[in-house]
Amino acid sequence: MSTATAQKTSFAAVIWDYLTTVDHKKIGKLYLYGGGFFFLLGGLEAMIIRIQLIKPENNFISAGLYNEMITMHGTTMIFFAAMPLLIGLMNAVMPLQIGARDVAFPFLNALGFWLFLFGGIMLNVSWLTGAPDAGWTSYTPLSTLSPGHGVDYYVLGLQISGAGTLMGGINFLVTIVNMRAPGMTYMRMPLFTWTTFVVSVLILFAFPALTVGLFLLMFDRMFDSAFFDVALGGNSIIWQHLFWIFGHPEVYILILPAFGIFSEIFATFSRKRLFGYTAMVFATILIAFLGFMVWAHHMFTVGMGPVANSIFAIATMAIAVPTGIKIFNWLLTLWGGNITINSAMLWSLGFIPSFTIGGMTGVMVATSVADYQYHDSYFVVAHFHYVIVGGVVFGILAALHYWWPIMFRRILNEKLGKLAFWTFFIGFHLTFFIQHFLGLMGMPRRYWVFLEDQGLELGNLISTIGAFFMAFGVIVFLYNAIYVWFKGEPAPQDPWDGRTLEWAVASPVPHYNFKQLPLVRGLDALWIEKMEGNGKLTPAEPVGDIHMPNGSILPFLMSVGFFIAGFGFIYQTQTNFAYIFLFGGMALALLCMLIRSLKDDHGYHIHKEELEKEAE
Amino acid sequence: MAHDHSLNPETMPHHPEKATLEGKNKFLGLWFFLGGETVLFASLFGTYLALKNSTAGGPTSEELFGLELVFLMTMLLLTSSLTSVYAMYHMKNNDFKKMQLWLGITGLLGVAFLACEIYEFYHYIHEYGFTFRSSAFGSAFYTLVGFHGGHVLFGLSWLAAIMIRNAKRGLNLYNAPKFNTFSLYWHFIDVVWVFIFTVVYLMGKVA
Repeated sequence: MSTATAQKTSFAAVIWDYLTTVDHKKIGKLYLYGGGFFFLLGGLEAMIIRIQLIKPENNFISAGLYNEMITMHGTTMIFFAAMPLLIGLMNAVMPLQIGARDVAFPFLNALGFWLFLFGGIMLNVSWLTGAPDAGWTSYTPLSTLSPGHGVDYYVLGLQISGAGTLMGGINFLVTIVNMRAPGMTYMRMPLFTWTTFVVSVLILFAFPALTVGLFLLMFDRMFDSAFFDVALGGNSIIWQHLFWIFGHPEVYILILPAFGIFSEIFATFSRKRLFGYTAMVFATILIAFLGFMVWAHHMFTVGMGPVANSIFAIATMAIAVPTGIKIFNWLLTLWGGNITINSAMLWSLGFIPSFTIGGMTGVMVATSVADYQYHDSYFVVAHFHYVIVGGVVFGILAALHYWWPIMFRRILNEKLGKLAFWTFFIGFHLTFFIQHFLGLMGMPRRYWVFLEDQGLELGNLISTIGAFFMAFGVIVFLYNAIYVWFKGEPAPQDPWDGRTLEWAVASPVPHYNFKQLPLVRGLDALWIEKMEGNGKLTPAEPVGDIHMPNGSILPFLMSVGFFIAGFGFIYQTQTNFAYIFLFGGMALALLCMLIRSLKDDHGYHIHKEELEKEAE
Repeated sequence: MAHDHSLNPETMPHHPEKATLEGKNKFLGLWFFLGGETVLFASLFGTYLALKNSTAGGPTSEELFGLELVFLMTMLLLTSSLTSVYAMYHMKNNDFKKMQLWLGITGLLGVAFLACEIYEFYHYIHEYGFTFRSSAFGSAFYTLVGFHGGHVLFGLSWLAAIMIRNAKRGLNLYNAPKFNTFSLYWHFIDVVWVFIFTVVYLMGKVA
């Protein structure tokens, strides 16, 4: 069954293949499709928000629907667009970068994807009955008192997808520790692999706090517990702490992979070794460490007192130091380099000033005294969009242009790429730069309307026009992807004259990645062979049998089980009938786990003779 | 299967649980998982500490807890950790029968612990009217201790599944990592209980 898979081409066979796949490359693509879909949904929600705010006292959507829009926009973009797109890139590229044939737990990898997808669907099913409306932070008691089932969908959707993310994190950690190719020491790993590693640590230690927070919220809403019920001695601040103990590391979970991506792209297209590699690695670790020490800077106005506020303010400002080290290292990588400017590089170059502005306003809001003025105003909205769009979204788009040849065997069209970049880049600054000033002028975030004659009209109009530019840029990118899929030529194996191992695998990438595991002789392993060898990697082993994991439908079924059980949890408050879904769904999920435990799964071998025959 | 031979070698290696790449991955993966679980329980402990005096006029921890039963439960669980160590000792000596015996004892001690916990909860609910819904303290207590109890229940089901599944075929390099990861998980559950015993019961009775 090993090499015959390519022969099956019927539509049903392809669908079945993707439903049961445990191949990290296919799972990476699934993450990109899923994350891309939710990115478009979140973008649509953003456009509706901006249209509502195009003029004073607009009536485009109702106040209630507006609350649902901002909640769903934030939740969707963070959990179901940015994270899965990044995890998809990690899946597609990281095992190739360390010279591995797959991840450590291929089954778990598939399960992580399906849990993410069904969590996202769960959240969006809420549109049918009323979406969550308590903001993406879902502060209690607003979220505990929110009527209807909107917040219930938020809780269950995030709980299901969060479990998947946690599995993904553990999987990447074990893969990087145990499965690096011979010679690939830690300090020879490409920066994207390093950031994947550090981010996985963040996921591992941050997500359980959200898990607990969501459980408490779920128990309060669905099982009448009293964690946040002040009348019974509950305390709303617990939610804020748990949410931000997760939530602040979360922003580093988003931005650090983007830092890794830019490090790869700047080095490749400057045709220079990354400047200050060691400093980059340690800056990454330092940012991650400090990222756990600063959660309460989201809570300066809660009333923690001046001592706590000062400590968290100083810890927060300290993060600017390793981040600054990174910015200077990128600039010095460019310095004196033989620079190629293409779409991937444009997104990376656009990132530096955009992200630096976001970092600067970050230090401003970290100043706890001044934060009383900024808090909950459009200044904060502008700040986090500068870091998340200017950092993470730019990073994802840069990575897509850069690694598209490996993932989809096409090179994205440069003209369309540049058009998408410039419209999105200009639109982005139009949308969000003016929001700093709207915030300083007193416009609060999350309000449905603003009044006329307060000097807010022009700024909001400009902001909405900018949003349309961004939407246009995204549409051009999508058109580009579809265009090259049908009209593009197959990409060569190493179109950018790459430096790292992922550019050394054959095109299209065989499902076992490397016929022989490569011997790594230093940082930028492929570049070393290009400069000092014959341009090809030295094999570290003779051609031999390759062990491969079996595909399985169980991850999909297990996720369906949790998905069904989610509805049971939500509706058991109303009708006992829902217990059928609750117990039925859990039974299906647990049964799948039991089968997985009891049924031996040894995988299969691709034999040496088959590999030799393929080579002919 | 192509590598049945490699899974059932003539002489077992010294560490059968880490002899294959799959075994090494499972071992490390479970350690990382326990790292995440530590944060999970830390969050629950934090919540409990914040709410332990929020009794809303209901019974306080001092009125509720009886250290005799909890001491017995602690002994049961600590002993089960020790017996799982014996089981792993026999696994490394490739003595399957003795391993199964000690794992069986581990399981029985776990069941006894769980029975005590169920009795304890029943007692609080029926004698004191102290429930999950009666106060924030009640919610936090049952959530923290209940999460631990749920972990014990999951561990026992897991143990039963791998003991029955492998009862007839003995030890090999494919199932040795499974037994070993179970034992690691079981130790972790035990460590969490030590903290519950200290933070919830001793501090609830004395502090």
